[in-house]
Amino acid sequence: MTLDAATFLSVDLPALLAALFACLSCALVGNFLVLRRQALMGDAISHAVLPGIVAGFLVAGTRDTVPMLAGALTAALVAGVMIELVRRLGRVEAGAAMGVVFTGLFALGVVLIEQGPARQIDLDADCVLYGQLEAILWLAPNGWSDLTDPALWATLPRQVVQLVAVFALCLVIILIFLKELTLVCFDPALADTLGLKSGLVQHGIVGLAALAAIAAFEAVGSILVIAMLICPAATARLYTDRMGTQLVVSLLVGGVTGLGGYALAAFGPSLLGYDMAVNAAGSIAVLAGVILGLSILLAPRYGVLARATGRAMRGAAA
Amino acid sequence: MLQRLLSDNFIPSADAGVGALAVSGLSVAYHQRLVLRDITWTAPAHGLVAIVGPNGAGKSTFLKAVLGLVPALTGNIEIYGRPLKRQRALIGYVPQRESVDWDFPVSALDVVTMGRYGLIGWGRRITGKHRAAAMQALDRVGMADLAHRQIGQLSGGQQQRVFLARALAQEARLYFMDEPLAGVDAATEQTILAVLRELDAEGRTVICVHHDLQTVAETFDHVLMLNGELVAAGPVYEALTEDNLRRAYGQRASGLRLGPR
Repeated sequence: MTLDAATFLSVDLPALLAALFACLSCALVGNFLVLRRQALMGDAISHAVLPGIVAGFLVAGTRDTVPMLAGALTAALVAGVMIELVRRLGRVEAGAAMGVVFTGLFALGVVLIEQGPARQIDLDADCVLYGQLEAILWLAPNGWSDLTDPALWATLPRQVVQLVAVFALCLVIILIFLKELTLVCFDPALADTLGLKSGLVQHGIVGLAALAAIAAFEAVGSILVIAMLICPAATARLYTDRMGTQLVVSLLVGGVTGLGGYALAAFGPSLLGYDMAVNAAGSIAVLAGVILGLSILLAPRYGVLARATGRAMRGAAA
Repeated sequence: MLQRLLSDNFIPSADAGVGALAVSGLSVAYHQRLVLRDITWTAPAHGLVAIVGPNGAGKSTFLKAVLGLVPALTGNIEIYGRPLKRQRALIGYVPQRESVDWDFPVSALDVVTMGRYGLIGWGRRITGKHRAAAMQALDRVGMADLAHRQIGQLSGGQQQRVFLARALAQEARLYFMDEPLAGVDAATEQTILAVLRELDAEGRTVICVHHDLQTVAETFDHVLMLNGELVAAGPVYEALTEDNLRRAYGQRASGLRLGPR
């Protein structure tokens, strides 16, 4: 197998960057969903925003972020109201209401894609569901030396720029308000008695998660976003008892998953002698699951093995 | 400090005749069921107050409604003569231990520092001064050695002391505590009781939901007895009568010993 610089720079580098920043954003924001024990909320968001994304796309007729984002946020609001309505009028618990609403909205999104004029513009079910990392191209660079030219970086694909921007935004917000976010996730009642409106902060967290999910959706698809929101944070939880370390580890895991998952998909099969490529988004999500699975088994303190040997040793000592 | 000044908290002097907490006509409903009906009560300006009553009497709900954590159907609440919103810096809250996730990746010191977030200000860094104050609060409950331990690795009593230290770190004037002595070990109970007496001696008011009728008289000065509505309120020896207990608890209370008389 040969990998020439031009192909790598045009095809693989933008895809790697997109995968990296999509995973970093989701991993970072996912911490606050996992710590609030609201992981399912990530799933609900990533599904419920689909009709909004498609509607935004249909109205604007382009793949620009702003209309899709506006549509997605509208859909998220509608979903919130619908969940509350179903819960109250249907007299069912919140989880059931959430399940009904987000699958319903997701189905509406799929119907819109398959039936609507979205088919004529370039939006199809495959790219929405599974992402299209492979389609993000950067045609400008022809060799390694081109990377030193700042003008060339200005031609980075729109998706990559958006993902970097969203990650930067999430990072800045979380760094500024880490104290408040931690307080609201840990003890919302204390936050309220101190005069910090916990409901507002919780909506902010859902908003950030929606932003990360929407940005990542083009790269890894709406179904697999959930893996990136949850797996890195859940993995980090097994390695640390400190909030700061938790965030750093989740970012590391997210980054490794994004880069590694794409690399496995793009280069793995040909290294093994197969003339094919594997879907990159699927490979990223699988890798995220594998890392979480291994960590559950092998993590030094909270892993299954460590706890079992700890029990055995305490048993022997007793 | 600046924030404290700007918040313009108003504390009338003790002889002004304004109670620490004045509740009038408070009613609260959960799921269309009335839990508290028309409570009107003024807490004393200082001293230790126990809220007692049978299970489901609305004791915790009363605290939460006063703190604005659950919506009230009707009623008016004043802290030192002013609405709650303007007096937040004067109140400290110790919730029930079960109300938070103890697996959360924070240390005892982190949790106690949260009590100072109102003083630090939103969006601002935690400075060394505030960490030192949090450490001092932990020391006051005998937990300085365990400051850096993750909260899930503390015993139930130690967790309760962390919550108390967090309230101390708030430097409040009026404290609300929801069963601070429930299920704690003897050493923790002694520590908590000692801190309650210190707070009282410093002229602060502490209002505790308390489940153990046997110990009310030896620890508390005042009592608020609830059973969905106000049954009795006043100094312990006036309010904690067998007659009132029977009205609050029904016949179950008839065999209770109520300390020295």
